[in-house]
Amino acid sequence: MDKNLITLDKLPVGSFGKVRKLVADGISRRRLLDLGLIYDTTVESLRKSPVGDPIAYEIRGAVFALRSEEASKILVESIYP
Amino acid sequence: MGLKEMFKVELESPDDIVVALAGNPNTGKSTIFNSLTGLNQHTGNWPGKTVSNAQGKFTHRNNRYILVDLPGTYSLLANSVEEQVARDFICFGNPHVTVVVTDATCLERNLNLALQIMEITDKVVVCVNLMDEAKRKKINIDLGKLSNLLGVPVVGTSARNGKGLEELKDVIRKVACGEINPKPIQISYDDILERAIQEVEAYIQDLIGNQMNSKWIALRLIDGDQALIDSMNDYLNLNLSEDFLLKDTLEKARKELEAENIQIEDLRDRIVSSIVKTAESISSKVVSLDNKLHNQLDRKIDNILTSRLFGIPIMIALLGFVFWLTIEGANIPSAMLAKGLFWIEGQLSFFFTWLGTPVWVHDIIVLGMYRTLAWVVSVMLPPMAIFFPLFTLLEDLGYLPRVAFNLDHYFKKACTHGKQALTMCMGFGCNAAGVIACRIIDSPRERLIATITNNFVPCNGRFPTLIALASIFIAGAAGAFSSIAATLSVLAAIILGIIITLFNSKLLSKTILRGLPSSFTLELPPYRKPQIGKVIVRSIFDRTLFVLGRAIAIAAPAGLVIWSMANITMGDTSILTHCARFLDPFARLLGLDGYIITAFILGLPANEIVIPILIMSYMSKGSILELESLAEMKQLFLDNGWTWLTAVCMMLFSLNHWPCATTLWTIRKETQSWKWTWVSFFVPTITGTVLCFIVAQGVRLLGLI
Repeated sequence: MDKNLITLDKLPVGSFGKVRKLVADGISRRRLLDLGLIYDTTVESLRKSPVGDPIAYEIRGAVFALRSEEASKILVESIYP
Repeated sequence: MGLKEMFKVELESPDDIVVALAGNPNTGKSTIFNSLTGLNQHTGNWPGKTVSNAQGKFTHRNNRYILVDLPGTYSLLANSVEEQVARDFICFGNPHVTVVVTDATCLERNLNLALQIMEITDKVVVCVNLMDEAKRKKINIDLGKLSNLLGVPVVGTSARNGKGLEELKDVIRKVACGEINPKPIQISYDDILERAIQEVEAYIQDLIGNQMNSKWIALRLIDGDQALIDSMNDYLNLNLSEDFLLKDTLEKARKELEAENIQIEDLRDRIVSSIVKTAESISSKVVSLDNKLHNQLDRKIDNILTSRLFGIPIMIALLGFVFWLTIEGANIPSAMLAKGLFWIEGQLSFFFTWLGTPVWVHDIIVLGMYRTLAWVVSVMLPPMAIFFPLFTLLEDLGYLPRVAFNLDHYFKKACTHGKQALTMCMGFGCNAAGVIACRIIDSPRERLIATITNNFVPCNGRFPTLIALASIFIAGAAGAFSSIAATLSVLAAIILGIIITLFNSKLLSKTILRGLPSSFTLELPPYRKPQIGKVIVRSIFDRTLFVLGRAIAIAAPAGLVIWSMANITMGDTSILTHCARFLDPFARLLGLDGYIITAFILGLPANEIVIPILIMSYMSKGSILELESLAEMKQLFLDNGWTWLTAVCMMLFSLNHWPCATTLWTIRKETQSWKWTWVSFFVPTITGTVLCFIVAQGVRLLGLI
C-alpha cells in the first residue's frame, strides 16, 4: 500500500481526503461507486456517532454514514484544503 | 402480456398516459406524488416482490394520467430489489413519460440517476424539486441551461407549496403527445469501450429493434448483468441464456477489452465514472453557490443531536416525551369515545328489544361483537391519532435517520441494520405499523429480522397492561416511592424488550437468517421544515385509519368467539373455564394461571382487551368489562391467588408473546409468506415461555415467595 494513503475510517474528523482506490469488489464495490466515490472524489469526514462507529461523511453534496467495514475499503489521500 | 399483468398498472382505457416517477430517496418524490394525485392513489406490492408499488391518477386537460411511483434509488445498476424494480419498469413497462425528481440542494448527485435513466429512454422530464430550500440556502440553478445541456425538458418545483406542479403536468403532457421530443445527451465512454461494444450493440439492435437503447443494453450485457438478462427473457419473451451467438459476441468483446488490459471490474468503474463525471461537469455549469457555508446550520444541529455526550440522552428524552404525550393525551379522548360508543350500545339494545329478537341474538351481536369492536376502537384510536402524527413529524423534520446513526453500533453487533431502531420506535406506537416501517431496510435478510423481532417492543396496547400491573403490585410494595417504582419497572420492561430484540436478532442472524450484514449506507438528509397539515393528513390516513381498519376487521369476529366461549356451557361450566382449567397446570409452571393464558389467547385481536377479558373470566361474567378502580382490580386479582410473581410473569408474558392478529396479518402481507408469519409467531412466544419459566421457577427455588 502506498505510504500516503489511509483508509477512510482513519481520516480525522474535520479533514478532507481524495479517493484513490477502492479495495472492494462485487456488489459492495458497486454500491460505493453509486455513492459517487470514483477516483479523485473529495470526501470530508464530518462526525462520529456517539459510540464512534459509524462515521458521517460528506460525499458529493450529501451526507452519508458509513460503517468502519465499508469505510475501510476506501483508500484516500489526506489533503489540506 | 399487458402492463396490468406484468406490473399491475391499472389502466382504465388505452388512452391513459402512464408516467413513471423516479428519483433518489429524500428528494421529496412522494410529496410530488401526493400533490399530483391527491387521495386518488392506492398502494400494493410489485408482482412477486416485497417492494411497495404506489399508483395514483390525475386528470389534466381531459387526459387521464396514471402515475407510478418507483422506489427511491441512487442508481439503476440493479444492486437491490428496489433498483431492479425501478429499472424493469422503465425498461419494459414502456411508460409514456419518465419524470426524474431531483433535489435542487444536491443536484450533482441526483443527476447521476437522471443520466442513467436518460440512457434507457428518451421520454424523460427532469423535475428539480426543493427549489425553495435551494433558495433559502442561496443555491442558484440555471434551469434553462440545465435543460440545454441534458437535452430534456427541466421543470423547477417546490412541491410542498405546490409551486411548479401545473407546469410539470403541462410538460409531461407535451412529452407524452410528442409536442416536445427530448434528445438526451449521450454519455461518451472511452474510445476503447465504444469500439468494443460496437458489435454487441449491432447484434442487440437486430434482436430487439429500436424499442430500447441497444448501446446501453450492450454495455450491461458485457458487464455481465444477469438480472437484466433474466428480465429481458421474462418481459420480451427472449431466451438470451441459450443464445450462443450472443454469448460468442460478448466473449469477443470481453477479450478485446482484456487485450487492452481492462478487466470486468475496471469496466464497471469506467462506466460509473463516465456517468459521475458527466454529472459533475453539468452541475458545475449550472449551479452557483452564493453562500459556500450553506450547510452550517445543519451541521451545528447535528453536532448536538448526534454528539457523543448528548446524542443518546436527547434521543431518549424526545422519544420518551412522545410516548408520555401519547399515553397521557389519549386518556380523555379514549374515555369520551368509550362513553359515546357505549351509549350507542345502549341504543342498539333498545333496538333489539323493540325488534323482539331472542335474548341470545341480542347478546351475541351487541355484547359480543359490538362491545369488542367498540372497546378496540376506543382504546386504540386516540393513542394512534396522537402518536402517528408526532412520529410523522419527527420523520418529516429529518430526525429519524439520526436515531439510526446514533444507535447503529448496537445493531451492527447484532448483525442487523441501524434502521431497525426506527422500526422499533414505530413499534412502540403499534407493532403493525412497525412491521410496515421495515420496508425502509433494503436488505431482505435484515428486513426479515426487524419484522420478526418488532413485537418485542411493547406497543400502545400493551403499555396500559404493563403500567396497571406495575402500579398495583410493584409500586404497592415500594411504599412511599410507589410512583417512581412503577415508572422504573415500566422503563425496565422497555429496556428488557430492547435487549431481547438485539439478542434475538443476533440469534436469528446466526441461525435461520444467517449472513453478513449488508453494506451499510445511511443518508443523513438536511433538516427540513415540516408541513404540519400534510403530516396530520398523511399520518391519519396512511397509518392510523389503515391500522384501525385491520383491527376492526378482526375485532368483530373475535368478539363473537369470546362471547361464545364465555357463554356456551358444557356441563355446568363455560368453554372458557374449561379451557382455563386445561391450560392451568402449564400456566402454573410459568408463574401464571389458566385464565391469564386464556385471556392472552382470546386477546389475539388486540392486546388492549387482554385485561378486560381476564376480569370477565374472574368474575364469571359473559361479556368483557372494566373495573372502576385499580384497588378493585387488585382485590379481584388477589382473590384469585395472585402474588407479585404472577404480576411480574404476566408483564413478561405481555412483553413476549405472539403478535396481535393485526400485526400477524400485516407480517403476512409484507413478507408474502406464511413461513415467516409463523416464525414471527413462535419466536416471541417461545422467548416468553422460557423467560417466564425461568423467573417463576427461579423465584420459587430461591424461596423468595
